[in-house]
Amino acid sequence: MIDFELTPEQQEGIKSAHEAVKELIRPVSRYYDEHEHESPQELIDQIWRKRSEGIFNMGMDITSALRIEELCWGDAGLFLCIPGPSLGGAAVFASGTKEQLQRFLGSFNEGKPKWGAMAITEPGCGSDTSAITATATRDGDEWVLNGEKIFVTMGKRALEDSDGFVVVWATVDKSAGRAGMKSFVVPAGTPGMRVEKLEKKLGIKASDTATIIFDNCRIPFENILGSPEVKKVDKSETKGFKGAMATFDATRPIVAAMAIGVGRAALDFVKETLEKEDIKIRYSTPRQKLTVLERDIIEMEANHKAAKLLTLRALWMMSQLQPNNLEASMAKAKAGLAVTKITQKAVELMGPLGYSRKYLLEKWMRDAKINDIFEGTGQINMLIVARRILNYSRDQLK
Amino acid sequence: MISFNPTEEQQMIISMAKQFANDEMRKIYRECDESGEIPASVIDTAWKMGLISSSIPEDYGGSGGEHSAITGSLISEELAWGDLSMTMHILCPALFAYPVLEMGTETQKKKYLPLVCDEKYKAATAALIEPHFGFDPYSLSTTARPESNGYVLNGEKCYVPLAAEADLFIIYATENGSSQAFIVEKGTKGLEVGEREKNMGIKALATYELSLQNCRVPKENQLGGQNGYDFDRIMNCSRVALSSMATGVAKAAFEYSRDYAKERVAFGEPIASRQAIAFMLAEMAIEIDATRLMNWEAAWRLDRREDATKEASLVKAYADDMVIMITDRAVQIMGGHGYVREHPVELWLRNGRGFVTFDGMAIV
Repeated sequence: MIDFELTPEQQEGIKSAHEAVKELIRPVSRYYDEHEHESPQELIDQIWRKRSEGIFNMGMDITSALRIEELCWGDAGLFLCIPGPSLGGAAVFASGTKEQLQRFLGSFNEGKPKWGAMAITEPGCGSDTSAITATATRDGDEWVLNGEKIFVTMGKRALEDSDGFVVVWATVDKSAGRAGMKSFVVPAGTPGMRVEKLEKKLGIKASDTATIIFDNCRIPFENILGSPEVKKVDKSETKGFKGAMATFDATRPIVAAMAIGVGRAALDFVKETLEKEDIKIRYSTPRQKLTVLERDIIEMEANHKAAKLLTLRALWMMSQLQPNNLEASMAKAKAGLAVTKITQKAVELMGPLGYSRKYLLEKWMRDAKINDIFEGTGQINMLIVARRILNYSRDQLK
Repeated sequence: MISFNPTEEQQMIISMAKQFANDEMRKIYRECDESGEIPASVIDTAWKMGLISSSIPEDYGGSGGEHSAITGSLISEELAWGDLSMTMHILCPALFAYPVLEMGTETQKKKYLPLVCDEKYKAATAALIEPHFGFDPYSLSTTARPESNGYVLNGEKCYVPLAAEADLFIIYATENGSSQAFIVEKGTKGLEVGEREKNMGIKALATYELSLQNCRVPKENQLGGQNGYDFDRIMNCSRVALSSMATGVAKAAFEYSRDYAKERVAFGEPIASRQAIAFMLAEMAIEIDATRLMNWEAAWRLDRREDATKEASLVKAYADDMVIMITDRAVQIMGGHGYVREHPVELWLRNGRGFVTFDGMAIV
């Protein structure tokens, strides 16, 4: 049955997350935007103490996504600072064995806060992940990693500030192309791995974005995720890539949920301001009689809703164990672009209130933009959608 | 709990409607558009599916199924994929039946609902839109003046589907600033059906101007009796119906232009293998899905009897833009071939442009 009713658990999750971010995150949101690379230690400690309440626990189901929307309504940069295995965890989930799940994720709720990270992008490749040059060479019971990874979200927190880990994508056989691409878990403190620099960014400044160097970095053989074998298949096939792709199918709707949270923050701000000014949006009035402002708001709200429903559908399909590659990319492409436009429009509509750093709206516009870039740019996701609907391989549609 | 799965029963109805759209409507839609006529046999075949009577209780002559906006929305999308004119013709009696079913007095239901549950298709319709600039369904120029035993209606209407053959009408009018609806039977003095209209699209659907000149209706014909009725709900049901039809039309245009783009070779490759074309198609696919999901949500609210004004208005605004974007692109992707009447996309573009105007011309 088609149904949009939230379960009591989901309603409660949204409410408690909303209250928590209003109390803990919004008050320090501006500070950490203006003090890039300064650690929000107090906030992290507070969140860590509250971890048993479940508010800040992440998953990749609808309930988590609804909570993540609220958390990012609070602050998308600080959201990324919440301890947990994050994207690294998603990769382990997608292609790790039971033993690996236990070994890498088992202690994440114990001891001190830890973070997980994912390292795919290199200076010479971003969206074209098949062009990865980092190498993993087998040496007896070990893998030896070499290469440079950039734009690793929370890389420093995972590797320098905690006993976390990073999942690294590297090739075990360059001649095998995609089939040679494998992912490896590298725990914090492994010799031969170092955080080289932190990016200064447009937005989500509270989160670190690290460059990580692997210089003869040795990890145990059993830290490889998925099969170590390289199946040489037809060039157009993408079997060896399944791990990364499966990860994206799970993480893209979550990033879309993050985007939706930021977009809603901006929308709420605009609507509250209009309410104070006693301006009502006449939803049921014919369009040709609406003001430009009303038309803009209706367009923003409709696009926001469209993005949210596409996201919920992608997550729902995953919960039904249906393949959701197409729908995950649809949600990510739509949400990333929609909130980019919504927040930019919101700044325009609010005029002097929008552009001023006295309010958070300008920050949300800067924060929102990342959602159209990380976990696959809007364009890469459009390419995936296009290939899917046309039933084209990557050779047929480049 | 959030779910995007139609029920098994809904899936059966969807596949029935889909089959009809494909086997019957798609065979003749061009001829119908050119001639302005829809063969009665096709309408009768559709009527036998019981799309409207199945949601009317047995007490009133129906087969007693549940009246659901979601189901209506699913049906409307499938049929509109086949052809919009025929869909609006087939579902036209709902314009009369559903407001009576949901808001009519017991007497009104008993008297009128059996008439739209007949084995044979019988036209019944509703008149909302008025022929002037700045038309707003919430401030109608058509007036209802109370008198001792009823009302006197005066005003001009347009885009009234099937007015010439309809036996029953709902006329929307303003009484002292508040919206009212009246059941008017064919032949009532002062109710005059004008010329058939000539429109840019939906050319196979017969629509008419309607004139009300001191048209007297007894007070028991006021929809819902003295308590009146819920005009917002009617508008929202109309928004949902039209949004789902817009989704169907857009889907037709998307599929056709997608298939064309895979066949059409330019510079040695199918044009679909160029991002300029492929990305247009990708965006079309995303927006169709987005509209459908928004529409389901609005319909779901209607089925729960909650206020759906915001959701229905948002999806209608979104669908109006979506369908014109998509049908236009379908023409664009096909270039000159899209512009000629040998292919259907120009027809879908003409039909698609109408949705923003059609408020009140369909209902779930």
